[in-house]
Amino acid sequence: MANHLQQSTHQTQSSPQVRYHWVSVLLHWLMALVIFGLFGVGFWMVDLTYYSAWYKTAPHYHKSVGIVLALLLLVRIGVLLKKGKPAALSSHSKIVQRASKATHVLLYLLLFFIVVSGYLISTADNRGIEVFNWFVLPGFGEFFPQQADRAGWVHKWLAYSLIALAVLHALGALKHHFIDKDATLKRMGWSMTTATKSTNPTKEPS
Amino acid sequence: MKKLVLASLFSTLLTAPALQAADYVIDTQGAHAFIQFKVSHLGYSWLHGRFNTFSGTFSYDAANLAASKIQLEIDTKSVDSNHAERDKHLRSADFLNVDKHGKASFVSSKVVPKEGENFDLIGNFTFNGVTKEITIAAAKTGEGKDPWGGYRAGFEGKTSINLSDYGIKNILGPVSETVYLDLVVEGVRK
Repeated sequence: MANHLQQSTHQTQSSPQVRYHWVSVLLHWLMALVIFGLFGVGFWMVDLTYYSAWYKTAPHYHKSVGIVLALLLLVRIGVLLKKGKPAALSSHSKIVQRASKATHVLLYLLLFFIVVSGYLISTADNRGIEVFNWFVLPGFGEFFPQQADRAGWVHKWLAYSLIALAVLHALGALKHHFIDKDATLKRMGWSMTTATKSTNPTKEPS
Repeated sequence: MKKLVLASLFSTLLTAPALQAADYVIDTQGAHAFIQFKVSHLGYSWLHGRFNTFSGTFSYDAANLAASKIQLEIDTKSVDSNHAERDKHLRSADFLNVDKHGKASFVSSKVVPKEGENFDLIGNFTFNGVTKEITIAAAKTGEGKDPWGGYRAGFEGKTSINLSDYGIKNILGPVSETVYLDLVVEGVRK
């Protein structure tokens, strides 16, 4: 893979970005936590019995947190556009670079459509969504017939897809960290120095 | 379609002698018919809802009420309780199971005249794929010429069904086992 090693020399020109901006890092981990939480709650709440104390509260919190997540997503994309992201590690093969890029884009898209479909379920009858009793996100009614049912179907299957892809994403990061021992995961970490130090891979990828 | 209905309406009006067994189309086009239900909420109050889409015909003879007949087909997907999330739940396999059984129907088999304009309407009700005989306590509410050249007859009926009789596991508690149905039917003579 001499070709990749050559590329790494090109990269070290005008102080390249070696890690994600701290706001991106913060949002990444916060959203990861929130997403898995929302998935767990969503999975559990749809089977609650009518007389469960959570029957009304769980969906209320699920929706409220979901709307907050949508806002976080907007901020995160804003920060990404404004502050950029580190270039792919040169030690990664073209296929790995493309696959991880596609995974990232798909994660964002899934997240976006899960939020949209969730909104469409709850607002199909013009009702707004009460976000933590802070404010009501207005509803705009039915955009297509059987909206609540169809959006519900989409919401569910996209959520399963998102979790599957997020697990793949995490496994990929762990593989880079523990097997390839490169800086992939560190760029999304807290420590400034570790990420910069390990930009050069200690091991050539197989 | 509308023209066709009108044309057939006129032709029957011209030929059919009055006061004889006549066939009627339930006026769902003009929404002068309603299939409504109510079910207890927690035992404290009522939840009302309706089916928006259905169709049907009946034949009615004032002189020979016992010979009257009605058939109705209800699109269970059209359930409407004025709350999209609840309607989604009602359509799911927990209740109406509309993906499997999108239609409910009632076909009368017998009419038992009672006092005044009252009668019992007995027939087979198919709901969630289960067919059972039910009795609807019905009454004629009126009939006569309408202002637009047609002839109309109106009826109302009440009945109740138990969810468990139709293979619906009641998850709302025993107080909500019985669903009360309220029918308002206005027919336009063919």
